[in-house]
Amino acid sequence: MGSYIETELIINHKDTELRLGLPGSDDEQSCNGGSIVRSNKRSFSPETSVEEESISKSSGDSNSTTTSDRDHDQDSVQPTKVQVVGWPPIRSFRKNSLQQNKVEDGNGMYVKVSMAGAPYLRKIDLKVYKSYSELLKVLENMFKCTFGEYSEREGYNGSEYAPTYEDKDGDWMLVGDVPWNMFISSCKRLKIVKGSEAKGLACL
Amino acid sequence: MQQQQKVAALSYSFPEEVLEHVFSFIDSTKDRGSISLVCKSWYEIERWCRRRVFVGNCYAITPAMVIKRFPKVRSITLKGKPHFADFNLVPEGWGGYVCPWIKAMAVAFPCLEEIKLKRMVISDDCLDLIAKSFKNFKVLVLISCEGFTTDGLASIAANCRNLRELDLRESEVEDICGHWLSHFPDSYTSLVSLNISCLANEVNFPALERLVSRCPNMHTLRLNRAAPLDKLANLLRGAPQLVELGTGAYTSEMRPEVFTNLAAAFSGCKQMKGLSGFWDVLPSYLPAVYPVCSRLTSLNLSYATIQSPDLIKLVGQCQSLQRLWVLDYIEDAGLDMLAASCKDLRELRVFPSDPFGLEANVALTEQGLVSVSEGCPKLHSVLYFCRQMTNAALNTIARNRPNMTRFRLCIIEPRTPDYLTLQSLDSGFGAIVEHCKDLQRLSLSGLLTDRVFEHIGTYAKKLEMLSVAFAGDSDLGLHHVLSGCDNLRKLEIRDCPFGDKALLANAAKLETMRSLWMSSCSVSYGACKLLGQKLPRLNVEVIDERGPPNLRPDSNPVEKLYIYRTISGPRLDMPGYVWTMEDDSAYLE
Repeated sequence: MGSYIETELIINHKDTELRLGLPGSDDEQSCNGGSIVRSNKRSFSPETSVEEESISKSSGDSNSTTTSDRDHDQDSVQPTKVQVVGWPPIRSFRKNSLQQNKVEDGNGMYVKVSMAGAPYLRKIDLKVYKSYSELLKVLENMFKCTFGEYSEREGYNGSEYAPTYEDKDGDWMLVGDVPWNMFISSCKRLKIVKGSEAKGLACL
Repeated sequence: MQQQQKVAALSYSFPEEVLEHVFSFIDSTKDRGSISLVCKSWYEIERWCRRRVFVGNCYAITPAMVIKRFPKVRSITLKGKPHFADFNLVPEGWGGYVCPWIKAMAVAFPCLEEIKLKRMVISDDCLDLIAKSFKNFKVLVLISCEGFTTDGLASIAANCRNLRELDLRESEVEDICGHWLSHFPDSYTSLVSLNISCLANEVNFPALERLVSRCPNMHTLRLNRAAPLDKLANLLRGAPQLVELGTGAYTSEMRPEVFTNLAAAFSGCKQMKGLSGFWDVLPSYLPAVYPVCSRLTSLNLSYATIQSPDLIKLVGQCQSLQRLWVLDYIEDAGLDMLAASCKDLRELRVFPSDPFGLEANVALTEQGLVSVSEGCPKLHSVLYFCRQMTNAALNTIARNRPNMTRFRLCIIEPRTPDYLTLQSLDSGFGAIVEHCKDLQRLSLSGLLTDRVFEHIGTYAKKLEMLSVAFAGDSDLGLHHVLSGCDNLRKLEIRDCPFGDKALLANAAKLETMRSLWMSSCSVSYGACKLLGQKLPRLNVEVIDERGPPNLRPDSNPVEKLYIYRTISGPRLDMPGYVWTMEDDSAYLE
């Protein structure tokens, strides 16, 4: 191997160094070329105060401080993170499998919702919801009805109404029996039925 | 003089057949290589009786060269694209085409029995050629391959009368028709191993059932996600001798008889040692596998989106476990249980359930890995995705497990420091390389300076593969690795401030390695040209989607760089965004 003179390497590290540090620390953040990592991230450790740090591409930017509107945005909208290509290092096959479990952005998954006696049908986007409780709450509001407590054995026992859905095979099923992800992939339409009708379904 | 004559007489008096017989016990490629270097006659004898060839880089040598040296090959393994292709860092159409190999071997190796490919492109025509050229074809393994459809599989099924193994692990297959499986003739009974877990659509299930039940030596069966759970029990009853099973989606409508059938079927599988699959798990169905848990040595739950309590219940029954792949839903609590129950554990992989989320969605920290390193004395292979780490934890892990051979840590956020001290993780990884003297493979993450590379260069003498991302400060880092790691074969680097100096100073080292990948670093086009010129036994490939690098100044850094040693000169199948740096000798020939 060639001999290597270390003194040649007196490069100004500060210009190229990119570190994570608490706001107010000496290190100034600067660009490190290559691919961008940009995130709005709370520091994890519970000891430090919760502050958001962001790593900016343009050199000379000092740490940005928490933006207050980010806080309440967290509740309603997933803050998006600019993804670095190929990071974290997960194979496509695995990534795709994971994503099939998740609600993706993009085209919604609209299904018709009907209720006997209602003058018209509604449509909702199943992909917006992450769980049965969310979905049921929305349906209760939309149709001004209540479903009871769900149990595997009794269905929605003791309630005036119950949610049902038509699955891929064309069968009418009680909402809540199968895992959420399986439900949204097989649900073709929803129908809110009277409690007495639903009892028949729950007895299977 | 007399001594020499005696030795010469001895070696000539040893019949070739005897030597050949002795060599037949030697299977490892490395040992075979050593044998061939002893003397000319051993080289000759060895090459005529070599049956297995391993080509780690399909561009390092031409098919003709392999065929010329080893005329009687029965099994060939070929690898194509660089490892970082798995993470979409290699653009489409880069290469790795197996066709020229298949065409050449179809003529030269009529007795070929095994083809194993990794990260290569194989077409339906190629599969057809394989199916029709090799009468005794037995094993086809396609790992992370692409370029073919189920029509190609149909040809294999229809023509390979002696096929024993068909493994399509993680390949991208265009799924045209699930009926390809029906092309196995009714008279065909020799299937031992089938892995179709990557197929997107349902296969013809009755055909699969018939196939499985008429192959008495079936040992491994890995279904795809679309395979329905309620049909699994029947399938298992037809093959109770299965040793490795990959389920399909592990969910079904709640029907009690599905569960009882399944549990009964698993009870009948007395040989079962490995389970995988488990997409979309319905936790209430998990107890169906309890009958086989105590014998399981391998469990892949890395697609199972079930929570810690269910995972703990399951894994707690698997005391014989040697290999566990799982999602981070297992959490520290689950890893504590693993450490306490599975004393034979050798390999652990923990994958992230929410890799692109901003915050931790599970209670999995460095502590889980520390626990397992403490409780499992045979643990030597680790892949761990997490969001926080400390030098103290890495230090503990290193001291607990000096027998570690493969250690891959991925802290999800790049450049994350030790969360307690806010320092770099140099000393933690330093401890790993210092204490784990047999470390062969290492992947780094977190905040790292040049110091970590100094440690690696100093201690990691057995290291063969190193993966680096978002680390280091200067060329000194790369220099430490290239000058210190004596056994380095594969080095892959992304997003590090490494430039020309270290590469040029250690240019000769590159000829002792299989390959070097650098992307989003600071290596200039000029340096690439220089390397290409001076080292004719290397292919220096510049990958740059911005257009020809000679349209930009020499000092401009290239996007990606792939350097590999080769005896076949520059390849001729490059796409428009890859340029091979010419060597001076090209003009001398």
